[in-house]
This record gives sequence, structure tokens and C-alpha cells, in this order.
Amino acid sequence: MRRVKKYFTASTWRGFLSLMVFVALWQLVIFLKVPYLERLPYPADVATEGAKAVQSSGYWYNWKVSMIRIFTGFAVAQIIGIPLGLAIGLSRVFRGFTFPIFEMLRPIPPIAWIPLAILFWPTRELSIYFLVFLGSFFIIVINVIQGVGNIPVSLKWAATSLGARRKDIFWRILVPGSLPSIVVGMTVGMGVTWEVLIAAEMIAGKGGLGRATWEAYTNSAFPSIIVGMLSIGLAGYLCSALIRKISDMFMPWKRKF
Amino acid sequence: MAINNQNGYGAISIRKVGKIYDPEGVHVEAMRDCSFEIAAGEFAVIVGPSGCGKTTLLNAIAGFDTITSGEIYLDEELISSPRKQIKPDVDRMVVFQNGALFPWKTVVENITYGPLVQRKMKKPEAMDAARDMLSKVGLNEIEDKYPEELSSGVQRRVEILRALINKPKVVMLDEPFRGLDAIAKTVMHEFLVQIFCTASNTMFFITHDLDEAIFLGHKVVIMTTRPAQVKKIVTVNLPWPREHHLKGSETYLDLKREVLEAVHEEAKKAFEAGEREMA
Amino acid sequence: MIDRIRTGLANPQLHRAVVGILLFLGLWYLLTAVLQLPRFKLIPDPLQVIKEWFSLEPLSGRSLFTKTYYVDIAYSIARTLTAFGLATFMGVTLGLFMGWSRIFYDFSFPVLEILRPMPPLSWIPLAVLILPGVEVAVITVIFIAAFFATVLNTLLGVFSIDRNYFLAAKCLGSRPKDIFFNIVVPGSLPFVFTGLQIGMGIAWMSLVAGEIIVGQRGLGYAIYEGYSLYQYAQVICYMFTLGILGYASSAAIRAVGRKLMAWEARKRGA
Repeated sequence: MRRVKKYFTASTWRGFLSLMVFVALWQLVIFLKVPYLERLPYPADVATEGAKAVQSSGYWYNWKVSMIRIFTGFAVAQIIGIPLGLAIGLSRVFRGFTFPIFEMLRPIPPIAWIPLAILFWPTRELSIYFLVFLGSFFIIVINVIQGVGNIPVSLKWAATSLGARRKDIFWRILVPGSLPSIVVGMTVGMGVTWEVLIAAEMIAGKGGLGRATWEAYTNSAFPSIIVGMLSIGLAGYLCSALIRKISDMFMPWKRKF
Repeated sequence: MAINNQNGYGAISIRKVGKIYDPEGVHVEAMRDCSFEIAAGEFAVIVGPSGCGKTTLLNAIAGFDTITSGEIYLDEELISSPRKQIKPDVDRMVVFQNGALFPWKTVVENITYGPLVQRKMKKPEAMDAARDMLSKVGLNEIEDKYPEELSSGVQRRVEILRALINKPKVVMLDEPFRGLDAIAKTVMHEFLVQIFCTASNTMFFITHDLDEAIFLGHKVVIMTTRPAQVKKIVTVNLPWPREHHLKGSETYLDLKREVLEAVHEEAKKAFEAGEREMA
Repeated sequence: MIDRIRTGLANPQLHRAVVGILLFLGLWYLLTAVLQLPRFKLIPDPLQVIKEWFSLEPLSGRSLFTKTYYVDIAYSIARTLTAFGLATFMGVTLGLFMGWSRIFYDFSFPVLEILRPMPPLSWIPLAVLILPGVEVAVITVIFIAAFFATVLNTLLGVFSIDRNYFLAAKCLGSRPKDIFFNIVVPGSLPFVFTGLQIGMGIAWMSLVAGEIIVGQRGLGYAIYEGYSLYQYAQVICYMFTLGILGYASSAAIRAVGRKLMAWEARKRGA
């Protein structure tokens, strides 16, 4: 009984109320014909459109296409980025040679690579993978480098005095020590990745949630546009939640109960 | 025992105070029937096992938290009871355990903050007052430094000055010298004695360090383990201003033995209670 | 002075940096111009890019010595700064109030949490259809991008402030207004600036996407136009131009941050 009471605190009610107010305001701006915003579709129409969408196979196909693109590009970025970050973080010499190149390319927004990517990769699909890869690659590398730098030297000394060899220090101290930064890099990277994917799909894609939203736009199908936006939001949210889940699994010492 | 009581303000009366956290849930009784008096201008030191509820009492006097039974009076005015709780104000200053100097303000800006937000002084006047205080304790060269550029001992001294410039009735210090080494502590004690002899505020000083307690206090209030009650009040009959050679005196050593015995009993109980809770 | 330059030049990290970048350019040249490997031969080599960038009469009509180049830059900067300025102002204000007032937080946070996961670029279609004119739509999308990063980090900043600072301020006789300006604002600044850095990065990215998708003029638009007109060297020049602008803007934010947070800088120096 006490548990149930705790879920219905003042905060929960306020949150619920605020969402109701938000929907009501949305309805109201259309009703009052507020300039520009009056062109929004009614919330009810969006809900109807959403209900229709989830029953169609095309909608779920777009989910699948976007998810595959995200995870392929993202995974490749981690597989290349994490070792690269560790290497740059650990070796002064390697850092000297590679970091400047890295810093030269990093400030270029990933979306600016779209034309070159289309030009270089033989298929559109590959170029989208590449762009998604870029979206999270630089972020993960930077975070790993910082993560390695933030490991206290005392930990290394402690390990050495306990008789650890170089290999042990790498696997037992450096890798777990930089895990928190890796997770931060993955979380931030996932956000940027969705941003890049949406742009890439709108500009060059076939299928996918971004493309579907774009097609709704070219048909001026307002409710579908908003259904598309909400779907993208939900998909992005699920991906971030997945990363959090995985990070909890790998870092039991950081787990919050 | 000469209580340096020029203004006669700052008498605290704690009457049968109790505090229960989360009465409907976990129900932790932090204090029960805790009563004692602090005279105006008295230096009272509170000692007791960790987690026994000393800070709970401080929070109630300061106005950070409420109590669930009993009453606390400041100069015959009810400041805390289950039905009434007055808010934090400039008559009761707190110096925090981990320090709470604002890191984004320089030393003078920190010290002048109080008088300026209370609009008690104009800026030049407040600056002069702050510089005057700093130079009296030999810290005049740090006025434009930021707190994090200073050692923690100096930070703590500045924080005490920041409290004193407001001329509070009571200064409450919650283990202010925790984490300082023995040599730094000696400096801090001299500083506090010097300050106390000129300022004459009532002091409410929480500590774990028994030497500190006897060296500084007019009286040492020893608390029991949770729920906290007063176990014993030891009056310290050492002359003011306290000087370090006192620590070798016969009276001092007797006092220390007395306090140590009382505290040790409670510490053992607290330890056993901890063992029980773990099991 | 000369000694400092001399020791600077003797730094092995500098030598490695030069060698590294030369190797990178050499590899690029080798793959595209010398070996002309299958996919690589479509990409212009570094010499072509540099030639185009510094040309008095560029093939694409866009180089360091043409007016168009600077008009493109001016358009992009104007859009980014307008949106970023608005986002900073509104985002920081909202974030501070959300962190300061529990009730305001309870009411606004759920709405924020529903809108936030939507990538800013997914707003493009709606913005274009609803808002008057493409310019407003692009700026709105950049605004959204920077806004969420700023609000969220400001909020985190307020939450990061040690509770004792609030209690101490109350003891010292502060009114709510004093606490807001003396504790909440300076205490959250370090996080606010992190938010501004992130926001600036996302803003540039959204700008490029916005300009490619709907824009007229601006660097993103010119990149896509260069691509359609087979001016690949110009595409690369513009990518680097964007990189330089992005780098410069985040350096500017860092500089302002150092100026406003003297205590942080001194702590590091000590």
C-alpha cells in the first residue's frame, strides 16, 4: 500500500497534469487560429494516424531499416574507435602522429560528408552506414582518450605494487577504468547518430523512419509527419535506454539501486 | 570560569527535544528527550559517537530541519518545536563540515556577502570591515584569492570570519577542523580562541576530537549513541584565554580522563549496535 | 621570446604532428592521384583542393578570392548565431528556473522529456510547412538543436550545486533573489558552458543539414550544389571551411567561459 502511495506523489500528478495541459494547448492554438501554429494537425488526427500506422507492415519495415543502419554504423564506430582511443590515450608517440589529423577532421560536421560519402561508396546504403559511423566515431574516440587520461596514476602504482604485469594493467585497470567514459561517449554518440541518420535518410535514403517522414512532408500529410517525428523520438529513446542497460551490465560498481 | 558575556545575547535552551526521521517508513529515532542549556557567550562543545544525532540538533537550531518533539529557545524566544520552526537567519551562523565558502567569490567577496545582501553596510564600508578582520588574524594577503586556491585550514578561518562579520548571537560549527592535520589544528585552535575572546558569541561546536573539546569549551556535552540523549556534561575549569601549555596540566588530564571514559562507553555501545544492525 | 619559439620547435610532439599530417596528405594523394584506385579516383587529390581554394579564378566560382565564398560564410554564420543566441538565452533561463523551482520543474520537465529525444532534424518537415519562409524554418531547427542541449546541461548544473551553499546563503540573510543570482547562476556556469559547447556542435550540424535540405545560400547549400555540379574540390574546401568555423566557435565559447569563470581557471593554475 505504501509503495502505491509513493508513485502518486505531487510530482507525478504535476507531470501528468503538465502533459494534459500541453495537449490542450496544442488543441487550443489550432482552435484560436494562432498564426502559423494553426496549421498543425489536431492531436486526435495524429493519434488516429498513429493507430493506422502501427497496423501497417510498411511502418515496421521502416523501423527495421533505420535500426539496422543505426546499429551497423554505430557498432563499427565502436569497434574501430575504442581501440584507437586507447592507443592514442596510452602512447605519446602514436598520439603525436595521429591526433592532429584527428583534430583536423573532427570539427567537420558529419552531415557535411554526405556528398563525398555518396560519391565514394558504391551504394547508397553503404554511404548511409558510413555517415552514421562518422556520427559516433569522433565522439567515442575523444571520450576514450579522456577516459584513459582520467585514470588516477595511483591505481596503476597500486596494481604494479601488487605484482601486475603490463598486460594485466591494460586489461584490469585501463580498460575498466575508461569504461565510464566509453559509456558517456556511446550515449552522446547515439544521440548524434540519430541526427545524422535522419539527415542522411531525408537526403539520400530509401526507406527508414527519416525517409518516411520526408515523404509525408512531400505529400503535406501533417498527421503522418508528426507520427514520424514521434516514432523517431521513441526509436532514439529506446536506443539510448539500451546503451544505459548495457553499461549497467558492464559496470556493476556504478549501478544505482 | 569567566564567560566573556558582554552583550548577554545567545542563550540557548534545549528542552526534551526528540527527532524521528520518516516516522511512517523506516522510523529512525535520532534524538530522544535531549535537554541542556547553553548560557549567553558560552563556548559549548558537543561530542558523541558518529551518527548519533549531533548534527540533527544543529540543523534544528539553525532552521534547516524540524524536530518531532520538545522545544528549543533562543533568548527566551521559541525557535523550534513540532508546531513552529523559524527559518535560517543571520542571528545563527553555521560553519559547515566540508566548508561552504562560495568558490566563485573571492575571499573578500565571501566575507562581505552577508552585510551586503542584508543591506547593513555599503560596499566600501563592508570591504573595510572585511580587510580589518583579515589583517587582525594575519590573513591580509589573501583577500583577492578564490577559496580553492587556499589550503583547507585557511579556508576554514575565512569561513569563520564570514560568519562573524554578521555579529550573530550563536555560531555553530559542525566538525569544522575534521581532516586537518594535528599541526594545522593547533593553529586553528589558537585562531578560534583569539576570535572568541574578542567576539563573545555563543559557540555551539560539534567535534570528535576530545583534546579539541576540552581545550576550547567552557563545557563539554557528551551525547549517548542513537537515540541521542545527554549522557554527561563536563564543566571545564581552565582559565581563558586558553594556552597550549594547559594541555599538560593536572586539571586538563583529569578532565580528559573523565570525558574519555564517558565517550568510550558510548562508543562501545554504538559499535555493538552497529554489529547488531549488520547481523 | 626567441628561446620560447626555439624550445617550441624542438618539441617532438610538434615534429610528429607535422609528419602525421604530411603522411595523411601523402596517403590521400597516393590513393587518389597516383594509384587511382577504383572508388578513390572520383575524389579530388589534396593539390586540387588547395589549388581550388586559393585560385583567383576557381572552376566552381568559389574560392578564398571570390565574394561568393564570403557571402556563403556570412549566411551560415548569421543563421547559426541567431539560432544559437536565442537558444542560449531561452535555454539558460529556462534551465535555471527549472533547477530553482521544484514546482516549475515538475510541470515543465515531462514535456521537455517527450520533445527532447526527437532529433532536431526531424523537425525540418514540420518547420518548413508551418513557418513562414525557409529562412525561419532553418533557424528554428538550429534553435531546437542548441536549445535542448543548453536547457538540459543548465538544469544538471543547478542540480550539481552543493546543498550547503544554499544553506550558507540562507544563514547569511539572502532573499530568494540573492540566492538565484549569487548561488544558482554562478554555481551552474561550468555545466552551462559544457551545454553551450555541445549545443554549438549540434547547431553547426543541423545548419548543414537544414541548408542542404531546404536552404538557399550558405555553406551547406553550396556543398550540395558543388556536388550536383561535379565541383568536388570545392565540396572539400567547404567541408574544411565548416570545420574551421566550428572549431573557432567552440574556441570562442571556451574563451568566454574562462573569462566568466575565473575561479575555475585559477584553481587549475594553482
